[in-house]
Amino acid sequence: MDDMLLRLDNVSKHFGGLKAVDEVSFSLGRGEILGLIGPNGAGKTTCFNLVSGVYAPTSGKIFFEGASTGGFPPHRMAALGVGRTFQVVKPFATLSVLRNVMVALGLRRYGGVLSSFARWETPAVRKEATALLEEVGIADLAEAPSGKLPLGNQRRLELARALALKPKLLLLDETFSGLRHEEVALLSRLVLDVRSKGIAVLLIEHNMKVAMGLSDRLVVLDHGRLLAEGSAEDVRSNPRVVEAYLGKGASSHAS
Amino acid sequence: MSDYSITILNFIAIQAIVACGLNVIVGYAGQISLGHAAFFGIGAYSSALLTTKAGLTFWAALPLVVLITAAIGLVLGMPSLRLREDFLAVTTIGINFIVESVFLYVPFFGGALGLGGIPSIVFFGTRLRGANFLYLCLFFLALVLLISRRFTKSWAGLACFALREEETAASSMGVSPVRFKLMAFVIGTAMAGLGGALYAHQMRFISATDFGFPLSVMMMSMVVLGGIGTLWGPVLGALILGVLPEVFRPLVDYRMLLNAAILLLMIRFQPDGLLGEGSLLRRIFPKRGETSHG
Repeated sequence: MDDMLLRLDNVSKHFGGLKAVDEVSFSLGRGEILGLIGPNGAGKTTCFNLVSGVYAPTSGKIFFEGASTGGFPPHRMAALGVGRTFQVVKPFATLSVLRNVMVALGLRRYGGVLSSFARWETPAVRKEATALLEEVGIADLAEAPSGKLPLGNQRRLELARALALKPKLLLLDETFSGLRHEEVALLSRLVLDVRSKGIAVLLIEHNMKVAMGLSDRLVVLDHGRLLAEGSAEDVRSNPRVVEAYLGKGASSHAS
Repeated sequence: MSDYSITILNFIAIQAIVACGLNVIVGYAGQISLGHAAFFGIGAYSSALLTTKAGLTFWAALPLVVLITAAIGLVLGMPSLRLREDFLAVTTIGINFIVESVFLYVPFFGGALGLGGIPSIVFFGTRLRGANFLYLCLFFLALVLLISRRFTKSWAGLACFALREEETAASSMGVSPVRFKLMAFVIGTAMAGLGGALYAHQMRFISATDFGFPLSVMMMSMVVLGGIGTLWGPVLGALILGVLPEVFRPLVDYRMLLNAAILLLMIRFQPDGLLGEGSLLRRIFPKRGETSHG
């Protein structure tokens, strides 16, 4: 009945009186890149945390591959095929870059008692982790402690970790922010590569050029509510979107 | 070696076993426990009761002792480990005081008089005393070190390191925080139970005050001093904190002061402990093997 990979159905998340996400519905198909944009405080990261299981929705339903997953803990969502990066990078700081990726490669082993006592540092696992680091271009830093890397490389590491989960859906939370121009170009290429493998991508991005360039479709949030949805062109010309970003009266100037 | 030094070494070996257990919880999984002495006590009391009241031999009782301690660790860990950092620290201190009170006030556990008449360990017809008892302790210490090392090489160990560093990120990579924190806690408490059993049969008399909060602090000091999260750190810590009071016998009144001073100096100058990453010892003797860290 549900051929969409991810569907949010009137999802709300309230923190006390604050409606961080308020009755938001949208869906995402397999292999699609959907950009989630909106001003600061619009509820984008809260949306991510709902999809990845960090928060349970206050009301509404979240469907992943047709099954209701609202309220599942993050480690279950990871096992179902949701990989993510974080807006504020979260490396396992004292572990080497390679071991950071290995943690994610253990996904299928953490479930069973026997499998979780198998050795992790095998040549096969090492090779797989190295291949992922090569994919994001930081294989030369494999043995460096991840906490000491510059931001750009930490973001690439987060991407490698998320890809190590072999996800069906990749959530990228401002993966491009704070990066140099060349790094943005490289990561954009990577995201397109990822999609060509059939992985769907949901991305939060403040850099409009990147968001509009990469996304097939955009969803605009403002104050927790869905403001607009559609192609980059539709969204750009939507007066309510312009108003949310630039303030009332701006739309007449903009047009 | 004199009987006296052997007795001191026995204590050090037993405390090293217990400190290794604490290291699994605090060093590998990053969960503060300031109530580790409670599990040391549960091990000691279980073994004492099983060998006196139930009439089992030490060897028959030992697997039960480890199981009982681990099971109590599981039950007490389940609610506690949902708390983080300082809340967890306070809860584990509470566990220590409650367990100590149970030993002290429940007549079944001997009350204030403690438990006496605990038999010596008999191994193939010989009663283990002095140096032979030390060999037994060293054997178990080696076993505990092997298990610790194997744990750091397993996916479960890697999951614990990830949890220690960044819980949110670890769980988004499929690591169930509750499951792996509990696993580390249960392994650590089982090691404490083993140490407790050895202690009971060395002393042959135990009482509740042997397992109070100050001992938990001492255990934590050993782990921090030696190098939190390293394999040999707890052993080195137990050795130093076990030998120092003997060397500085005349300063016995200042023992706590001395310990506090050592801890403060460590935290200021060598926060990762004597064997931790980037410590003085590590820089002088570059490592071949590996620690749990990078």
